[in-house]
Amino acid sequence: MREVAVVGIGMGKWGELWKKSLRDIFVEAALAAIDDAGVERIDSMYIGSMSSGLFVGQEHIASLLADYLGAVPIPSARVESACASGGLALRQGFIDVASGMNDIVLVGGVEKMTDVGAGEATFALGTAADQEYECYQGVTFPGLYALIAKAHMHQYGTTREQMALVAVKNHRNGSKNSAAQYPFEITVDDVLKSTLVADPLRLLDCSPITDGAAVAILCPVDLARELKKDPVIKIIGSGQATDFIALHSKDDITWLTATAKAAERAYKMAEKKPEDIDFVEVHDCFTIAEICVTEALGFFEKGQGGKAVERGLTSLEGKIPVNTSGGLKSKGHPVGATGVAQAVEVVKQLREEADERQVKKARIGMTQNMGGTGGSALVHIFEKV
Amino acid sequence: MITPQRYWREIPQRYRLEAGKCRRCGYVAFPPRLICPRCKNREFEMIKLKDEGKIVSYTIIRVPPEQFSDQAPYAIGIIELDNEVKILAQIVDCNFDDIAIGKRAEIELRKIRTEGEEGIICYGYKGVLIEYD
Amino acid sequence: MAGIVGYGAYIPRYRIKVEEIAKVWGADAPSYKKGLMLEEKSVPSPDEDTVTIAVEAAKNALQRADIDPGEIGAVYVGSESHPYAVKPSGTIVAEAVGATPDCHCADFEFACKAGTEAMYICYGLVKAGEIKFGLAVGADTSQGAPGDALEYSASAGGAAFILGREKVVAEVEATYSFMSDTPDFWRREYQYYPQHGGRFTGEQAYFKHIQGAARGILEKTKSQPKDFRYVIFHQPNGKFPLNVGKMLGFTREQIEPGLLVPKIGNTYSGSSPLGLTAALDAARPGERIFLVSFGSGAGSDAFIFQVTERINEVRDKAPKTREMIDRKKFYVDYGTYAKFRGKILKA
Repeated sequence: MREVAVVGIGMGKWGELWKKSLRDIFVEAALAAIDDAGVERIDSMYIGSMSSGLFVGQEHIASLLADYLGAVPIPSARVESACASGGLALRQGFIDVASGMNDIVLVGGVEKMTDVGAGEATFALGTAADQEYECYQGVTFPGLYALIAKAHMHQYGTTREQMALVAVKNHRNGSKNSAAQYPFEITVDDVLKSTLVADPLRLLDCSPITDGAAVAILCPVDLARELKKDPVIKIIGSGQATDFIALHSKDDITWLTATAKAAERAYKMAEKKPEDIDFVEVHDCFTIAEICVTEALGFFEKGQGGKAVERGLTSLEGKIPVNTSGGLKSKGHPVGATGVAQAVEVVKQLREEADERQVKKARIGMTQNMGGTGGSALVHIFEKV
Repeated sequence: MITPQRYWREIPQRYRLEAGKCRRCGYVAFPPRLICPRCKNREFEMIKLKDEGKIVSYTIIRVPPEQFSDQAPYAIGIIELDNEVKILAQIVDCNFDDIAIGKRAEIELRKIRTEGEEGIICYGYKGVLIEYD
Repeated sequence: MAGIVGYGAYIPRYRIKVEEIAKVWGADAPSYKKGLMLEEKSVPSPDEDTVTIAVEAAKNALQRADIDPGEIGAVYVGSESHPYAVKPSGTIVAEAVGATPDCHCADFEFACKAGTEAMYICYGLVKAGEIKFGLAVGADTSQGAPGDALEYSASAGGAAFILGREKVVAEVEATYSFMSDTPDFWRREYQYYPQHGGRFTGEQAYFKHIQGAARGILEKTKSQPKDFRYVIFHQPNGKFPLNVGKMLGFTREQIEPGLLVPKIGNTYSGSSPLGLTAALDAARPGERIFLVSFGSGAGSDAFIFQVTERINEVRDKAPKTREMIDRKKFYVDYGTYAKFRGKILKA
C-alpha cells in the first residue's frame, strides 16, 4: 500500500445557497481544491451525497459532476452512507490511491437541501433510519437521538446543561470560521430556551439544514513532495464499520459500536492511540452525539463524555479540542459534504491556516463521520510530516 | 409515504408481532431474518413476541413527520419485551409525566396513520402503560 | 350444545362529561343527565377505531376461550362505523388474531344491533356444524352531530364473543328476531352524521321491537321474566332499558348489573354485547341471562343464555368489563374531543 497525502482542499461558504444549484456548489468547491493542490489533472473522483434523488430529483451524479467539472471521461463514483457519505468518499479515494489504482484522486461531498420544503427534507433525512420499524412508527431523527440522550442521562447522569455546552462550544469555534453557516456565539440559556423538538432535545441541540460542498485532492506522498507541498499531510489511518441500522436493535443504545470499531481499525493502521490525537472533528448531528462519539473514540471513559465537556476538556484550549470548525451545529450539515469538510478542517489545522481557531502544535488530527444513529461510521487519522 | 404493498408485507409483524428465533443460539429477530446476525445460522423457528415489556428510553416528539402532523406531541419509546427483544413504539393513553424508564407497558393494536383522506389506513403496535401510579 | 366459549370487552380510556358538552351548546346539563341517566361517555383516542377496538376485545375473548385461533372458522364484525366504506373490518381482525386464511369473513351493519347479528350468525353456523368456532364482534366509534342530543351519548367501545360447541361457558338456549322497516334513524352515503326521528325513535322503534323480540322468545321458551338473573337491553341511555324492562315485567335488580351506559354512553353495536360481558363477569353457573338488542331501521335480536360451570375457570383470564370502565381515565375538554373525533374543519 502506498502512503497517501492530502494536497488540496476547497470549501465554499455554507448556508441556504438559493442562487446555487447542486452542480454549481460542487464544482466551485472542486475547482478551489484543484487550484489549491496545483495539479494539472485528476485521475478519478468519488462524491458523497446522501440523497440527491430525494432533494433535487437527480441521481447519476457521478456522471453529472464529472461532466460539469470538465473531467469526463475519468472514472467517477457516487457513494452513499447516509450522513457518512462524505467520510465514505474520503475512504474510497484513499483506497484508490493507496492501492496504486490511481494517482490524483478527487474526493468530495455535496448536498443541496433547500430545494424542497422542510417536510420533504425531514422525510429524506429519515431514510437513514429503518423505514418499516422506526420511521413507520412515527419517530424522527431528533427523536432517535433524544432516546439516546434520555438513556445516557438515566445511565450516567449526563445533564441537559452538559449537552447545551457542546452547542455553545461549537458555536464559539464556528464564530471564527468564515465558511460556517451560523458563525456566531450562543449561550447555554439560548439552548435551554429554544423550542423543544423531541424531549430533551431542543432546536439548538440540532444541526441545521444546509447547502454546501467540500472537496479534497489526494495523491501519493511522493507526488506531494514533487508538488513541493510543505508540510506534507498524510492520511495515516482509515477505518470503517457498520452497526445495526435500527437503534432498538443495539444492546446498549448509548454506545456507538460502529464508531468504536472504525476507530479501532484506524488507530491500528496508524499505529496510534487516543492519547496521540491532538484534535478531532466529530459528527455532532445532535449535541448528545458528540458526547457519545468522544467516548467511543476512546478519549473519555464510557458515560463520562458529558462531564468532559463541562470541564472544558474538549474546548479549543482543552486537552482534546473537538470540532474546532464549529462542528455540524455551527458550520452546517449538508449531509453528504460533512465527512469531507471535516478533513478540510483537519488539513487547515495541520497547515496552521486555522486563524483564530488554530490548535497549538497540531500534528495529528482525526475525523469521525457517521450515518443514521451510528449504523455506519468512518474514522480517519491525519499526520503532518 | 407508504404503498399498500409495503404495508401488507409486514402485516404478520405489525399485527401479530411474529418474529424468528434462531434455532442455534436463540437470537430473536424482529422482523424475521434470513441469517442470524449473531451466529450466522440460517434456520429459524417462528415465534410471537410477548406483548408486555419495560420501557428502556422514551421521548416526546414535538416536531412530527408530515404524516403524523395532527398527532403531535406524542410519546415514543424503546420497549424491551419480555423475550429480550427491543421494539420502537409510541406510548399512548397517558400523560407524558406518567412515563418513566423502567415502567412496564403492554402492546395494543392501534392506528399508526392514514395515507391522507383517500389512501389506506395503517395499523400497528403501540405501548400502553400497565401502571400509572 | 352451542354457546359462548369466550368473551371480551374493550372500552377506550378517554371520557367527556355531559357538563362539558352542555357548556359549549348552552344546554342544561343537570336535566340532560337526569333525563338520559347518563354522566359521561367514552371517547376513542385518535389512534383508535372500530377495528382496533374489535381486535383488543377479540384478544380478550381469545384469552378466555383458550382455543387455537387457527380453529376459528368465521370472523364477523358488526358496526356502524367501519373505518372503510369498502374494505372489510373483519379481515383486519381475522389477521390480527391469527384466524386467517382458512376462515369465512364478513362485516355486518344494522345500526346498533350489528354486534348481536354477528353473534346470531356465528351461533347458527356452529349449531349447523359448519364451523367449529366463530368470532363475533360488536364495536363502534359512533358520532353524534355537534349540538345534537345524540352527541351526549354516542360513544366508543366493543365486545367480542367466541361461539362454539366445546368449552362452553354460556349455552344459547334460544334466539328470536323481530324486525320491520321503520325509518327511525339513518345516515345517507357521504353524510357525516346520522339523522333521527326525534321522539319517533321511542315507541314505534325501540320499544316496539324490543318488546316484540322479548315476548317472542319468552313464549318460544315458555319462560317468565322472573326466570332470569341478568337482563340486558340495548342502552341508548339509562332510562330506556329500565322503562322497557318495566313494561315487560323485569326488575331494576335484574337490569342494573348490565347497565353500563351511565358511565360510558351508548357504544352502539357494542351496547348490549358489552352489557352481556358485564353480566357474564358476575354470573354464577346455572343462572340465566336474557339479552335483547335493538338496531334502528329497525329490529331486535333476543338471546337466552344459561351459564355453565366453566364460567368460573374463565372469568378471570381477561380484564372484567366494570374494571375496565373504572381503570385510569383521562377526561377531555370539548375542544380536544372535537379534535379527536375529527369534527374540526381545516379548510
